Amino acid sequence: MSLDTRPAAAKRRTAADGRPAPIGPWRHRLYRLDLKASPFLYIAPFFALFAAFGLFPLAFTAWVSMHDWSLLSDERAFVGVENYTALLSDPYFWNALANTVSILALSTAPQLLAALLLAHLLTMRLRGQTFFRMGMLLPNVASVVAVAVIFSQLFGRDFGLVNWVLESLGAGRIDWQTGRASSHVAIAVMVAWKWTGYNALIYLAAMQAVPREIYESAHLDGASRLQQLFRITVPMIRPTIVFTVIVSTIYGLQIFAEPQLFGGAGPNGVTGGSSRQFQTLTLYLYEHAFNRGFEFGYASAVAWTMFAVIVLVALLNYLFIRRIRSAS
Amino acid sequence: MTTAPTAEAAPQRPRPAPVSARKRRAYLRLMRNRPGRLAYLTLVAVLFFSAFPLYYSVVVASRDNSALGQIPPPLLPGANLVANVERVFTTVPFDAALINSVTVSVAITASVVFFSTLAGFAFAKLRFTAARVLLVAVVATMMVPVQLGVIPLYMLMIELEWTDTLWAVIAPGLVNAFGVFFMTQYLRGALPGELIEAARVDGASTFRIFWQVVMPAARPAAVVLGVLTFLTAWNDYFWPLIVLSSPEHYTVQVALSTLAGGYVTDQSLVLTGTVLATLPLLAVFALLGKYMISGIMQGAVKG
Repeated sequence: MSLDTRPAAAKRRTAADGRPAPIGPWRHRLYRLDLKASPFLYIAPFFALFAAFGLFPLAFTAWVSMHDWSLLSDERAFVGVENYTALLSDPYFWNALANTVSILALSTAPQLLAALLLAHLLTMRLRGQTFFRMGMLLPNVASVVAVAVIFSQLFGRDFGLVNWVLESLGAGRIDWQTGRASSHVAIAVMVAWKWTGYNALIYLAAMQAVPREIYESAHLDGASRLQQLFRITVPMIRPTIVFTVIVSTIYGLQIFAEPQLFGGAGPNGVTGGSSRQFQTLTLYLYEHAFNRGFEFGYASAVAWTMFAVIVLVALLNYLFIRRIRSAS
Repeated sequence: MTTAPTAEAAPQRPRPAPVSARKRRAYLRLMRNRPGRLAYLTLVAVLFFSAFPLYYSVVVASRDNSALGQIPPPLLPGANLVANVERVFTTVPFDAALINSVTVSVAITASVVFFSTLAGFAFAKLRFTAARVLLVAVVATMMVPVQLGVIPLYMLMIELEWTDTLWAVIAPGLVNAFGVFFMTQYLRGALPGELIEAARVDGASTFRIFWQVVMPAARPAAVVLGVLTFLTAWNDYFWPLIVLSSPEHYTVQVALSTLAGGYVTDQSLVLTGTVLATLPLLAVFALLGKYMISGIMQGAVKG
């Protein structure tokens, strides 16, 4: 506020002089400075804060990962790649990696496919369009914690609604939490439930940019609506699909709250079940960094490895989808 | 609606002469882009699955635990909600958690909206060296998984003596790349360059232009960005869980997780907490949901 009163005061002074103020060298220099420096001043808060609380910690993780660094001791010996070799020979790490990839695949693929179909329906001129769109987005409003808590109840072994439905359909009860595959399915359902509508809206936005005439001529050629979706819409919104695949993958590789709360009581949350059947990479990181021993060096090696995996997966996604594009 | 045209198309191919009434209807529907009955049925089913888990949490929250063991399980709300709410407030300092969450979310939202508008204005309307490169840098940072920097971030908070305070939760959320990008895109289209030139000719400083011209013009996008940011801040869990250690400093999500993480899980208690944590969001959503939708869709087209 203090800044914007000054030019007003300056203007008043020149007006009192009664002649059109000749721009003095001092004011001119101030004007030039304002013009030159302002943009940098305005973007500076973003870059400064992002660097301090985002980029620097991430980069510094690499440095910490090369030390025997614990919160409980002041000695921080440089150990080179020792943390990484220890990590790569820990079966629990590979277990967590496998679980993460499995949950990721189980949640992302059906979720994005469903989102595509939903978006396809939403492109039509529906009655109550806003109502349907809001309903679709409703799950996204709930927090991951809320989602995990609610679905842990639904997937409960004894009193869960899902098992009750299964039983009344004549199928047996499933102990969702104990089995590896079943726990992965339950967690994937949580993720998909929260994000399908959100992705559908993103696809819808992209689909609305596709000109209608293409569909009309496709219809005259006898293409069904489903064929239109996969032969016309999907190729035309491919950049958006690439975007959602990459974003979902980055999100999926960092899943934490769902398995942690699905594990529920006490230590089972951190280990992702009693036999680590659904411990994800972020849970593994959390276990080492904040749950026992505060092994910051080792946990940083986990974080940096995850970073590498994320970059790799994003790159593979990108290349894979580009290949499809050039092939078709 | 997907099967009708194909089923008709197959036998039609050899003799294309008489167009059936059914096929013509399908054609007209497509021209007007009207959905069939199956489309509505599918969407209603999807709405059911979207809303049911939330509804069911209210059912569980309004009953006592013994009711959950019944067969068939209860599907209608009971009369125990008030008693359960009282139990939540006596089990964990949930009132403090609500206040903490409001504080954190409001602070983060105000900051993100302000700094994003400021930077968005610079990127959209001001000319400066390396503007393009810097904007590309902003977009690139949207993809960076900063969550993986938690360990040094935690050490930083120890250095600043901010651990177990709300500052530690607020600071990393003060800016985000999405906000800057979103505002840049919006202001590029919504703010006529002549308006800024005219203000300059009148002798307004850049900051005065920002305050009196850009801020009012940015209001629609600020609402959208504000809603999205508020939701994200309210729902944040991983970092607050790490950095907050005393129950009176917990945010709602962390308090909720301690309810759920007890050795004996009291389902109706936990789900009552969930309902309490979600209710404010549903209110925001009911009021401002359509802005959220337009925000997500705008971000998608341009992103």
